[in-house]
Parts: sequence; C-alpha cells; structure tokens
Amino acid sequence: MPAVSKGDGMRGLAVFISDIRNCKSKEAEIKRINKELANIRSKFKGDKALDGYSKKKYVCKLLFIFLLGHDIDFGHMEAVNLLSSNKYTEKQIGYLFISVLVNSNSELIRLINNAIKNDLSSRNPTFMCLALHCIANVGSREMAEAFAGEIPRILVAGDTMDSVKQSAALCLLRLYKASPDLVLMGEWTSRVVHLLNDQHMGVVTAAISLITCLSQKNPDEFKTCVSLAVSRLSRIVSSASTDLQDYTYYFVPAPWLSCKLLRLLQCYPPPEDGAVKGRLVECLETILNKAQEPPKSKKVQHSNAKNAILFEAISLIIHYDSEPNLLVRACNQLGQFLQHRETNLRYLALESMCTLASSEFSHEAVKTHIETVINALKTERDVSVRQRAADLLYAMCDRSNAKQIVAEMLSYLETADYSIREEMVLKVAILAEKYAVDYSWYVDTILNLIRIAGDYVSEEVWYRVIQIVINRDDVQGYAAKTVFEALQAPACHENMVKVGGYILGEFGNLIAGDPRSSPLVQFNLLHSKFHLCSVPTRALLLSAYIKFINLFPETKATIQEVLRSDSQIRNSDVELQQRAVEYLKLSSIASTDVLATVLEEMPPFPERESSILAKLKKKKGPGVVPVSELEDGKREGGELNGGGERGPDSAMSASNASTPSPSADLLGLRSAAPVSAAPPSAGSLLVDVFSESGAGAPSAAVSDDGFLSSVPPSAASEDLAPPLPEADELLNKFVCKNNGVLFENQLLQIGIKSEYRQNLGRMYLFYGNKTSVQFASFSTTVSCPGELQSQLNVQTKPVEPLVEGGAQVQQVLNIECITDFSEAPLLNIKFRYGGALQNITLKLPVTINKFFQPTEMAATDFFQRWKQLSQPQQEAQKIFKANHGMDTEVLKAKLLGLGTALLENVDPNPENYVCAGVIQTKSQQVGVLLRLEPNAQAQMYRLTLRSSKDTVSKRLCDLLAEQF
Amino acid sequence: MIGGLFIYNHKGEVLISRVYRDDIGRNAVDAFRVNVIHARQQVRSPVTNIARTSFFHVKRSNIWLAAVTKQNVNAAMVFEFLYKMCDVMSAYFGKISEENIKNNFVLIYELLDEILDFGYPQNSETGALKTFITQQGIKGQVRLLLLHKHKYGNTHTKEEQSQITSQVTGQIGWRREGIKYRRNELFLDVLESVNLLMSPQGQVLSAHVSGRVVMKSYLSGMPECKFGMNDKIVIDKAGKGGGTDEAVKSSSGKQSIAIDDCTFHQCVRLSKFDSERSISFIPPDGEYELMRYRTTKDIILPFRVIPLVREVGRTKLEVKVVIKSNFKPSLLAQKIEVRIPTPLNTSGVQVICMKGKAKYKASENAIVWKIKRMAGMKESQISAEIELLPTNDKKKWARPPISMNFEVPFAPSGLKVRYLKVFESKLNYSDHDVIKWVRYIGRSGIYETRC
Repeated sequence: MPAVSKGDGMRGLAVFISDIRNCKSKEAEIKRINKELANIRSKFKGDKALDGYSKKKYVCKLLFIFLLGHDIDFGHMEAVNLLSSNKYTEKQIGYLFISVLVNSNSELIRLINNAIKNDLSSRNPTFMCLALHCIANVGSREMAEAFAGEIPRILVAGDTMDSVKQSAALCLLRLYKASPDLVLMGEWTSRVVHLLNDQHMGVVTAAISLITCLSQKNPDEFKTCVSLAVSRLSRIVSSASTDLQDYTYYFVPAPWLSCKLLRLLQCYPPPEDGAVKGRLVECLETILNKAQEPPKSKKVQHSNAKNAILFEAISLIIHYDSEPNLLVRACNQLGQFLQHRETNLRYLALESMCTLASSEFSHEAVKTHIETVINALKTERDVSVRQRAADLLYAMCDRSNAKQIVAEMLSYLETADYSIREEMVLKVAILAEKYAVDYSWYVDTILNLIRIAGDYVSEEVWYRVIQIVINRDDVQGYAAKTVFEALQAPACHENMVKVGGYILGEFGNLIAGDPRSSPLVQFNLLHSKFHLCSVPTRALLLSAYIKFINLFPETKATIQEVLRSDSQIRNSDVELQQRAVEYLKLSSIASTDVLATVLEEMPPFPERESSILAKLKKKKGPGVVPVSELEDGKREGGELNGGGERGPDSAMSASNASTPSPSADLLGLRSAAPVSAAPPSAGSLLVDVFSESGAGAPSAAVSDDGFLSSVPPSAASEDLAPPLPEADELLNKFVCKNNGVLFENQLLQIGIKSEYRQNLGRMYLFYGNKTSVQFASFSTTVSCPGELQSQLNVQTKPVEPLVEGGAQVQQVLNIECITDFSEAPLLNIKFRYGGALQNITLKLPVTINKFFQPTEMAATDFFQRWKQLSQPQQEAQKIFKANHGMDTEVLKAKLLGLGTALLENVDPNPENYVCAGVIQTKSQQVGVLLRLEPNAQAQMYRLTLRSSKDTVSKRLCDLLAEQF
Repeated sequence: MIGGLFIYNHKGEVLISRVYRDDIGRNAVDAFRVNVIHARQQVRSPVTNIARTSFFHVKRSNIWLAAVTKQNVNAAMVFEFLYKMCDVMSAYFGKISEENIKNNFVLIYELLDEILDFGYPQNSETGALKTFITQQGIKGQVRLLLLHKHKYGNTHTKEEQSQITSQVTGQIGWRREGIKYRRNELFLDVLESVNLLMSPQGQVLSAHVSGRVVMKSYLSGMPECKFGMNDKIVIDKAGKGGGTDEAVKSSSGKQSIAIDDCTFHQCVRLSKFDSERSISFIPPDGEYELMRYRTTKDIILPFRVIPLVREVGRTKLEVKVVIKSNFKPSLLAQKIEVRIPTPLNTSGVQVICMKGKAKYKASENAIVWKIKRMAGMKESQISAEIELLPTNDKKKWARPPISMNFEVPFAPSGLKVRYLKVFESKLNYSDHDVIKWVRYIGRSGIYETRC
C-alpha cells in the first residue's frame, strides 16, 4: 500500500491495527472492533461531509476489519464515492474495497459501473489501469455485460498507452474466461492479431495470452496469427541477448514471450506457406542449437528459462510430427536430460519422450535410450519420475524389445512403489499380450505376474489369460502344465488358484497322462488350496470339480465324497451350498452322456477389445494413452495374434454384471438364478433332471407359513401399509369367537360382529372415532392377497368419507367361502387425522373354522371315521405347551366357539376332548375330526386333526395350537 | 479417573502441568492448546474430545484449567473437582491470575498432590488442607518471597502430626478436635441468584432460583448443629404431626417454599435428611457451603422490565424501558444495571434517564444504564433515540433481550432460616451463648426480558 508515504500515512489506521494486534484475547479484539465500527458508523452518518482523506481512512479500516473475518454491511457508498476522487491513493482504496467486498448483485453496481466508465474514458492511464484491474478482479457477468464492448476498443486504439493496453488485454482475457458468450471479438479480430507486431514487448506478451485463449475456441478466425507469431518468434530467437534489454532474463531474450508464442503455434497445424514453415523450422533449429551452447551463466534462472523454451519447442515439434530431422534431434536432446542432476528435468524429459515414442519418425530414436530408461526405473529416487519411466517403457515397447522390457518391468514390480503397482501390472499384461510371439511366453509372463504381484492383478487380467488360453488350442497343454507346476508352490496367490482351477478344470486331461500329474493328484492339489480361498474362488473350484468328474470318471467317487461333506452341502454360504447340492445331484443322477453335454469344454470367446486395455484407459483417463498408439497396438496385435485379440469373456462378464458375488462360472449358471433355470445350451433331458432334483432341493422350498406377515401386496391398493405387527395376534383372538373389539389405538376403535351360515358369512365392522376431531377422507378396503382371491369372496360397500368426532360408522361385509383357504383377508383403513394420513392394515378374522357345521355322532361312528382318515397327509398333529390355564370349562367354551360339535363320552379317556364338524365351502365339504389330549402334569397338549383334505387339517392345527 | 491437570494462560502457555496417569502423554498439552485455546471457532463446549482423549475445562478470568482423561469418567464429578480446585487456590492466594499462579507454583503442585491421588479426588476441604499444607500463598503484588518459617512443613510436633493424620483419615475429616474460641460465633449467608426470561407482554417464560447457604462458623469443640428452614415438606409434616398453632399458620400463610432439588456439604448426615428431612451436622471450622438448592415455584421477581421499542423508518429507533421494583419499600436494591442491546448499524444514540447514569457502549453494542440504589415499589424509566445507518443488508435486527443485573437484600425464592441450633455437650456453652448472624442476598442470574 503506498498509503504509508509521507504526509499520507493514515495514523488512525496504524493505531487501530496496532491496537488489534495488541489485544490479549478474542473478546478484547471483538470489543475493539465493535467500538471502531460504531465510530465509523457515526462518522458516516452523513451529518457533515467527510473529506477524502478520512473517507479513505475509514474505508481502509473497514477493509481491514473485513479481512479479519467480520461482516461488513455498510460503507460501500463511501467507497464508491472515493472512486470519483481525483487523488490516486483515494481512488485506489476505493477500487480495492470494491474488488474485495462488493458482490455482483449489489444495488451499487450501477454506480460503480458509472465510475469505472468515467475512468475508462479519462485520459489518465493510471486511472484507466485501476478501472481495468477492478473489472478483472470482480469479473462478474454484469461487469462483462457493461464493458465487453468498451475494452476491445481501448485495446486496439492507436492512442492508448502501452501499459493500459496490457491491462486491457488481460482484463479482456479474464472476462472472456468468465463469460465467453458476452465477449464478441468480431470486427476487432484482425486488429487484436496485429498486436503481435506491437513495438512494446509487454503488450505482445499480454496480447498473446488473450489470442491463445481466443484461438483455442475459434481457430479459424485467428489463423492469420500464425505467420505473425512465426516472424515475431524468429526475431526474438535471432536477437542477441542484449537486444531486448528489459525483456532479457538472465541472458535469455524474452523467455515468457517465446514460450507463449510456441504454445500459440501448438494450437494450429504446421503452416502451409513454405516460406513461413521454413522460417519456423529455422527458428526451432536455432532453439535446439542454442540449447547445445554452453550456458552463459551458472545461475539456475538462466538454465530454467532456456530449458523452458526448449521443452516448449519440442512440444511443438512433436505436435507437428512432420519433421523427422527435428524429431530425432529433439529426442537426442532429451536423451541428455535423462541423466541430468535436476529431478524436474529428468521428469520432463521422460514425459516428452513418452509422446515422442508414439511418433513413427522418432520411435527408433527413443528406443536407443532404453538402457537409460530402465536404469531410471531401477535407481530413480523420486516415485513420480519412476512412474514416468514406466510410462515411457510402455510407450517405446515393440516386438523387438518386448521381451526385454516385460522382463525388466516384471523384475521391477517386486520392488515397485505400491501406488503404481496396479498400473504396472496392467501394462505388463497388455504388453505381454500385444507383443506375444509365442503363447507359452505369454502364459509364463502372466503367471509370473500373478506370482509376483498377485494382490494387484485385477480381475480383468486373469480373465484375459483364460480367454486367450481357451481361444488358442496350441497353448492349452502348456498352460495346464505350467499352472500345475505353479500351484505346487506351498503358498500361492488366490488369483493363481483361480486361474489354476479354471485351466485344470478345462484342460486337466491334457496333462493327465503323466503319472506325476494324474487326475487324482491334480484334484488333491486343487483341493489343498480350497480352504484358504474366499467364497467366489471356492465356487469356481467347485465348478472345476464337477468338470473333473466329466474329464476323469475315476475321480467321481472322491469328488462326490467332497461335495457330500457337511462343509460343502451345508455351507452357510448360499452360493456354495447350492453349487454343492446341484453338482452332487448332477453327478449322481445324470448319465455320462448328459454330463458330457453339460460340462463340455468352453466355447471360444468372441473377439472384442481387450478388457485390460479398457481398464487402463479408464484408469488414466482419456488422452493419456495416445490414440495413435492404441491404433498401432490394435493393428499389430491383430496381425500377430492372428485373430487372437479377444474381448472379455461373455460368460464371465455377464455373470459379473448380474450377480452380486462376481465369480467366473464354468457352467454359465447364474448364482442367483432359480434351480430350474438350466443353461439354454443343455438339452431338454437336462431340464428334466434339474426340475426333478429341484423338487427335492431345500432351496426350492415354497415359503408358505399361514399367517406369515410377508403377505404380498395386492394389486388393488399399492400404497397399502404392511399389516401391523400385532395383526396375527389380533387375529388369533377371534378364532374361537365372532364378536369383539378387533383393534384399538388412540384414534380409532374397530369392533366386529359376525355370523356364519354354511359357506356364507356376514360381518359387521364398527369404526369408532375416539377423538373429538373428524376424520377426513376415511376409506376402507378389503383385499384378498394372492391365491386367496380365488378362495374367498368378500363384498362390501364403501363407507362415508367423513367420520365425525365421537361417531361410529358401520360397514357390512358379505363373505363367501369358495374353497378352503389359509390366508386371512386384509383390511386397510386410511383417513386423515389433523392433516396426517393414517394408514392401518389389519387382518380380518375370517378363518376356515368359521365355516364349520357341527356334527353330532356316536363313539363308534367317530372311531370308524377316524380310522378312515388314517393316511399320513390327512392327519396333522401338534404337541405344544399350554399358554393359558387348563380349565375344563374354558376349554369347552373354546372348542364350541370353534364351531365344531363337542362329543361327550366318546373318548375312553374322559380327560380328552373330541370334536367333529364339517367345513362348508362352495366347492366341497370337508369333514373334520379333532382330538385334544391335555396333560395337566406337563402342562402340555397334544392336538390331532384329521380331515379329508390335508391343507385343512394343517391349517386348523396351526390355528388351534395358538388357542390353548 | 482424571489422568492429568493442566493450567494455561490466555496465550496457551502451560503454567502448571501435572500428569497422574501414564495414558496421558505430553502431546495432550499441545492438543488442547491447538484445538481449544487457539481454535478458529470459539469452543463453547466445556468438554472436548480430541483423539479419544477428553478435556474438561473451566476458565477463570484469563486462566484455563483443563482436566484430561482417557477414560469414561463422570463429567459432573470432574467439573465439581475443578470448581473446588479453584476455591482452594483462591483460599490460598486470592484471585486466580497468571501472576498469582506463577508466584505460587510450588504451592499448587503441593495442593495437586494432596487433593488428587492417582486421579482420584481426595479431601479438598480448605480448612482441613490448611492444617497440613501450611505454606502461605503469595498474594497479589507482594513479590517478596516470604521465606516462611514452616516452609518445609516439618514444624509440627509429633503430637500435632498424629492428630492431623487421625483427623484426615478419621470419620470427621473436615474438623479437627480441640478447637477453642472465646466467642462462639456463627455467620449464615443465604445467597441466591434469580434467573428469568420474560416475554414483552410480561408473561414469565421461564424462571428459577439457584441458591446457596454459606456458613462461617467459629465454634469451640465438636458442636452438633441443626439447621431449619421453611421447607414445605418439613412444615407440612410438622403441621400434620404437631398441629400447633404456629405450624398451621405458617403452612397456610404461604410461608413455606417448595425446593426442587438440593445438595449438601459432606458434613450433613444424609440418612437423617432422608428419614426426617432434618439437616443436622458437625460443621467444619471456618467458611464452607452448607447446601445448594433450586426452586422454580412462587418466585418473587424483584424487578419488572417493561420495554417499548418503536422503529421509526429505516434510520431511527425509539426505545423506552421502564423498570419497576417489586419488593417492600423499606428494602434497598443495589448495583442495578440494565443492558439494552442496540442494532449492529447504530450510528448514534441519545439517552435520557430520570435516575442513575446511562451510556451507549459501542464496544458491547448496548446501552448500559446503571442505578446505584433503588427502594422497593418504585419506578424509573429511560428513553433512548437510536440513529441507524442504512445498510444494504436486508437482515432484520433480531432484537436480543434486555438483560438486568442487581442485588437485593432478601431471598427471591422466599427461603427463610427458621433456626440454627448448636449443641455441644462436652463444653459448657449452650445454644444461647452462640452469636448468630443471618444475611440474605439475592442477585440476578440471567435476568432477561424480550423486547
């Protein structure tokens, strides 16, 4: 701040700041600030006009308070007033305050804009600069709207001072970056381009930033800048270090301008005009030459500036990619930097070389540095440089040096930094695949990779090995042998087990001839790893076992034994259990023909882009791996592999996509698929096998447990609330009685009265409003979930939508029993109480026993019928503990309430109760006999029910067991 | 239990650091400084958890006291201890200030060794402590290092030492035997602070009184004391049981108060309180706090504040505040201070008040009106004109409540001391020989009225 200059020092401000610095605590600071704010407020009150100096001082104080982190909500007006002052310092403080504090939606923006406009049109360059800086600092849309038209005029006007032009160019750049749609160059374009010819280097430097930014958006309009830039560049490059005076930096002429010019040229293709191009090439050569010259100074700034130009020139050369001579020279120049002392230089050299390697002209030249790069990978201390070295190795790799590079990278992997391991693994995998001449080498490499850096081998990598092995007949045997050998290591990575399991499962037969790798040995080897593996791997191994059964029938017994063991068939993991059960069944039921069909060798995978490459691309983001190189890789890969460039395996990726536990599955069975969903490739015979075994499979059990509250929501009302948790309990209350209170809470009471005759019933529901407020939009729905719809017919009329406070509403339900049923219909009640929607779902107490007709019969009749119903499924029996007292009268009342006839003197044991009844449904009548044997000592009951229909016995038994 | 105790000055420099347990490392000292004292936002919670270590702090003027622990301790206990620690320190060397702490650090370490043992609080009774930590604190500006003749504490005779031991380890740790006074005297202070939040219309939104009974006893021997007050339960019980005229009168004439909860000094026999609700105890010698209590019903509000705020346009605010004293005309309230908050964009204030002095304090954004004395059943008013500076901020002024401070010579809860009897069977002085002084002081706590 120049405010400290003589006679202008704001003593008050200095005192205030030192006061605050001396505050001992935060509270004291806040007190001091409050005091100062009150003082400033009283000064700004406007009774008497303040002179410019005090205004400036107070605005400064406000600014300081704001920068301390306090809110300032006044003083803006005073700051705006300062703008119209003629004193530089006052104006400066005003602009400073506004740049820092005024937000774009302020009401004052109009006033500010006005002041800025005045300053812009003044002839005073300092004021103009201040105004331009303020515009750039605020950089809001409003500012852009107001001044986007003005500034280009200032920029290109002939009589504008150089310093103002500089500011104007940068200000325009800022506005353009903030709101590009508002800054329209149009007519100014050519004149702005001609600023490149300006006498003043500062103007050129500022203008070139603007031009670069603009030409990136619309290159065609600014095409003319190329030749101008080239001539400017050649003038700078050819000038002696003393020519440019102020713009020579440590003996380098205008380094920033040179860099910017070179960067601008990178926006355009090589110039078509021969003369221009010749001049440019000359320039570039000069730059390369100059880099070779001995340094003129030992200062680091000198070399930095020189190297900056050099690297920018090399980028341009790479960008043009048309001058083999220059490319090779650039490459050699970079080669010198590879062993430079400066870490940054080494990094930059490697990075530039990476792009050079992808150019066909310089590829060979880059390759000459392979030893240095490998050395860098091994000995470099900085991890980011090592990363670049790895990138470069990847980029310079081709058929001739693939083996060497892959070997080097593999050996480096063992010591590599953890952060780059995964990427390294991917690169090794890609290179090995792309440049593989013989596949045994490829298999060896990948297995080595898994061995060395198993944790970093992603799924895609080992999928890819398997794809290639399956698609290439000639390596299958070798792969099986190598894998078998690799598995013999005492500790091997899980990924190795996966690959091993898969390959041995498919091609184990190819090495089975050797007694050292006989089927049983193979199996035992795999199985020895089984318990150390995670669930998905175990699942894969199980699939490998079933494949073994097909490949080697002699292992069948052993494998079945394994599958049958509790740790498989009763495994807590559903996937493993299901596989074990299914494979066991499959192996024991299906004939060898069926087995052979089902467990056929996997078909070759369809061709697609390598999944690893896709992963690497995703990892690095687009643009890092140069496009040309990718195409190159594809082309080469295509011819080398002879169509072996296959995409990710469909089966595996499909199962990965659809199952939560990604596991490669030999059978292509989805883990989540139901048992009967056999693979489509298998014949119809197979489907039978599965459906039969499925019936016995425990996983296929139908979940049907009577009043389980997991009732599927009926289609009629989608937003049905789930039944209350106590709904079942409420329901049980009504098994033996027909009338009572079904439900009660603070708002609502529901009473029930019901009567049944034969297969018909009528139910009266009474809804009582317990509150004093009316219920609005009261509605009830009775629904029969699931199959109940066809078993029970419930008809009802809608109720009044309004229920007054304290009132009761009645609803009548007509019920018809069509056939026996086990679910209960749902009653859903919805209403608004005080704005809140209440949603209650209950189970209606309509149970099968309501349709009982009592039947009286003598003892002989009873026992005769009892014997007739002696088939096991006709009987349902339960032994349960008494929930209530074992009072005879209560029991009798309950049994009568059930609807049956209580038969006295039938059972020889007088303690026992015997009942008989017929359940009336529309379709049929079901006779039911009941026997209840209490054991008073043990407080237990034995309940036996026999009826002509098994579902009825079971349902009644379930219902009754809850009652006693 | 408490793992360590640190004392910092306002800059966060450690003045005292005492670690009791190994789980507290040296870095805990810095953690508290960085995260609490030098925190960017002001830390308002008295308990801070940093890296699984809990810091409990209290602040006395510019001094931070922090107890540190890694365990799940009873926070209320820790704070009680910290407060007690402050009391003990001020009893030894007066005001807790950086200078005093620096001058007395040997004493403080000695005290810390005594009142905390492996992090467990021990006897923190000042009277008892003074019997065996006989170093005298260096008070205030007296920089002369008084080389006290008892500096190393070895001046007690063997007899005295054993007496101290038996007292400290005995049943009545707070009083030693053989105290003799020529005049048996006893001072009783009922100190209450009344808290209020009132709506502008005069509706009480919340009010409670928290009170303390502080006693200073200079009694000979081992006297047994019995303290009685107009606690509703006791009086109702007496009314039912005895049926004497006096009791009936007192219970019917609203003379009793309902105490919501109370806590006692350790000398009070709690079993007796629980069964008979009588407060009996053998008092410590010197000053101590006999009980603490809280009431919420039938509170006498000594002052009523009637605010009147009128906004005249955007640039002016008229405030009129009337205060009415609501107690016996014969009593005098003291140190009355009314604090009227002003908006943040106040640019000027004119105040007119009939009584006392009023001033706009810009540093606190408030008008402060002070009255030295005011008798009961009187009324006084202030009116202020506040000029505002128009701002471009649309935020409305939140109108914080008007707060008040005062001191009145009665207990706003209505508590009355009915009796304090002293029995000493061994020495021959009776209850009548004891000179007793009772004093009531009601102070304002947070006494606010919305406007």
